[in-house]
Amino acid sequence: MTILKANNVTKYFGKFTALDGIDMQVNEGEVFGFIGPNGAGKSTTIRILLGILKASEGSVKIFGKDAWKDAVAIHERIAYVPGDVNLWANLTGGEVIDLFTKLRGKVDKGRREKLIERFELDPTKKCRTYSKGNRQKVALVAAFASKADLYILDEPTSGLDPLMERVFQECVLEAKDAGKSVLLSSHILSEVERLCDRVGIIRQGKIIETGSMAELRHLTRTNLIVQTKQPMSGLGQMAGVHDVEEKEGVLSFQVDSEKLDEMIRYISSFGILKLESAPPNLEDLFMRHYEGSRVDTEGGNHNA
Amino acid sequence: MRSTRKGTAILLRFLVKRDRVRIPVFVLALVLITCMTAMALSNLYSTSESRQIMAETMVNPAMTAMLGKGYGLDNYTIGAMMAHQMLLFTAIAMTIMNILLVARHTRADEEEGRIELIRSLPTGRLANLYATLTLAGFTNLFIGILTGLGLFSLGIESINLEGSLLYGTAIGVTGFFFATITAIFAQLSENARGTIGFSFTVLGVSYLLRAIGDIGNEAMSMASPLGWILSSEVLVTNKWWPIIITFIVSLLIMITACVLYSRRDLGAGLLPTRPGKRTASASLLSPFGLSLRLQRTGLISWAIGMFLLGASYGSVLGDLDSFFVENDMFQQLLNPENGHSLTEQFLTMIMSILAMISSIPALMSVNKLIAEEKKGRIDHLLSKKVSRNRLLGSAFLLSIITSLIMVSLTAIGLWTAGNMSMENGLDLWNVYSAALVYLPAVWLVIGLVILVIGIFPRASIVGWIYLMYSFIVVYLGNLLEFPKWLSGISPYGHIPELLIEEMRYLPVSILFLLVILFVITGFIGYNKRDIQA
Repeated sequence: MTILKANNVTKYFGKFTALDGIDMQVNEGEVFGFIGPNGAGKSTTIRILLGILKASEGSVKIFGKDAWKDAVAIHERIAYVPGDVNLWANLTGGEVIDLFTKLRGKVDKGRREKLIERFELDPTKKCRTYSKGNRQKVALVAAFASKADLYILDEPTSGLDPLMERVFQECVLEAKDAGKSVLLSSHILSEVERLCDRVGIIRQGKIIETGSMAELRHLTRTNLIVQTKQPMSGLGQMAGVHDVEEKEGVLSFQVDSEKLDEMIRYISSFGILKLESAPPNLEDLFMRHYEGSRVDTEGGNHNA
Repeated sequence: MRSTRKGTAILLRFLVKRDRVRIPVFVLALVLITCMTAMALSNLYSTSESRQIMAETMVNPAMTAMLGKGYGLDNYTIGAMMAHQMLLFTAIAMTIMNILLVARHTRADEEEGRIELIRSLPTGRLANLYATLTLAGFTNLFIGILTGLGLFSLGIESINLEGSLLYGTAIGVTGFFFATITAIFAQLSENARGTIGFSFTVLGVSYLLRAIGDIGNEAMSMASPLGWILSSEVLVTNKWWPIIITFIVSLLIMITACVLYSRRDLGAGLLPTRPGKRTASASLLSPFGLSLRLQRTGLISWAIGMFLLGASYGSVLGDLDSFFVENDMFQQLLNPENGHSLTEQFLTMIMSILAMISSIPALMSVNKLIAEEKKGRIDHLLSKKVSRNRLLGSAFLLSIITSLIMVSLTAIGLWTAGNMSMENGLDLWNVYSAALVYLPAVWLVIGLVILVIGIFPRASIVGWIYLMYSFIVVYLGNLLEFPKWLSGISPYGHIPELLIEEMRYLPVSILFLLVILFVITGFIGYNKRDIQA
């Protein structure tokens, strides 16, 4: 069942087009990863999903309701953690957690205490004394302590240490196991790879890639490390081969997934001594799009 | 010793650079206001009779509590007047500047982690504190000398060189005294808020001790640094020793602060921080409760201030009529009409001014919503089960309640002190209703801000401009003979002056309708617009 559906969402700030026809879908019980470089429009999209910004065009339905018009009713079932958690300096963390859970509606005191323990947060300190990571913990505890059906998390782990990041990942997986849905915007691609069922990549206000991890891998390249009996020539000229490097007779390069079969035949004709292949990871995929965009903006001599 | 102060000179230059606008503006404003006041007084009270009448109105407990004991009241020269009516408040302005300056460059920088960066460089452990106190010291010295020479240069008979220099020294030393006090609290408290809060508490207690002491108990005044300063009888007998003692005490406090600073860890405070609340009380758990909590301290301070302001006006009501007869400027200002005493006229003008000042906290309260939005904290609330109507409604409601409380407290303060200083006394309901009738005008300004928040949040300053405009046209309109329509744009000019005229329902109703119109439009706009990031 579809929990969240964004349709052709476009947002203008004056003449600037921040979002350009975003389509997005999050299904029940699914963790959806939302990745993209800074300024690509992740937070703008999320603020539209929350009804804090109004889409210039397009529509967003969450739980079948309109994200702008029915914001309040939708929020009863949503927990949100912003990337930049700015809290009130003279309230304690505990007070803020209570405020947030109470304003959302359903309060689970037991869960609150357990989460405070797991995240090792001191709730008696004033927010002014918290580091960035501790402020994020406050927002995370408040989010996971509430019985939400959809968690919208905007770069929630940027200030957490590796131990706390692990706790966070457990919380996300627990929510998933309980049949909840999660929209996770993140910079930490290993985290997205580990947690997410499906991923959307946004660049300059457009979703440029979306699908399950398996589908995305199919679209991307495989890393190969090859050593052959006879020196392999003409590799650089072949279609679908990228980033060729040679070191002491060992070649390493990337191959587009759809050219893999053709490539292996070609290599074997030189007599294979050594062949290692590594699955494409999200970072490769992400970097491919990201670097492509950088070259585009720098002068457009890129030929893909 | 050398190693602890290494880099002080460079840091001092750096602090000067950071404060290159702030300090000169303050210095200029303070010196100019002091000199202009002295000039205005000498023009207004050119004869000794007029000064003696003024002196008579000053002899009552309320005035003594507010301004300090008057010296030279039987020969109330312009100099004695300056020392009596200006010295204390100028000194307080100096203390506020010093508290903020020292807190800014010590604990606030430390809290933000900037001192850590500086300490990691080859600088002495105490260099930052030395540089800050040197900056404060020179600023105070500079103000003292400029004020002293400035006063003397006016060529007013009773303001001689010694007296004017003592006047300058007195305010400079008061400033430095509180700079060192703040330096102590910067070591004790572990955040800037606490440093400033404790220092202002010392200032408040000093003022209060002196106020109570000056009315009856001499010893209590002598427990207050402000009492020491005033006991120098500036421009009357010119005693230097209280100022010198205050300065020596400041130096001792300064040394203590340095010792404390050298002994503690960076980032730590010497006072134990008590843990805050683990859970929130029920009263916090709503947008209204949150706003109230965030503004609580400010609103309480304003409430006390508004009561005192009302009381200070009330305290001068006794003997006022006899004073007005002598004063041409006030006669012009109040534009006398037949059948009403000048006291009633004066009260009427006071009412509109008090209403305008009462608008300030109400306006601050409602503007807080915009400040919260700019800091990105509104998202926390709107992403929960909180509608925009509820959010804006809470801000509006708190502002309305604030205006009601502030206007009420000014009226009650005015009535309380007025009753003590006047023979016949005032009728509470007369005063209270004359104040309350201004509420629709206050609400119009609040309504305007609601409208702006809803439609064009970037122009949130509009409310302040409108209030400032009102103040100028209503307060000075009569004196400067502005055309009528100018004051017609301000809501305060349309309110019936109940002390001297009958209630007029039409203008009040029109204001009410405008408020409703503004507020509804504002709410509609707020529901339609994007929340800024």
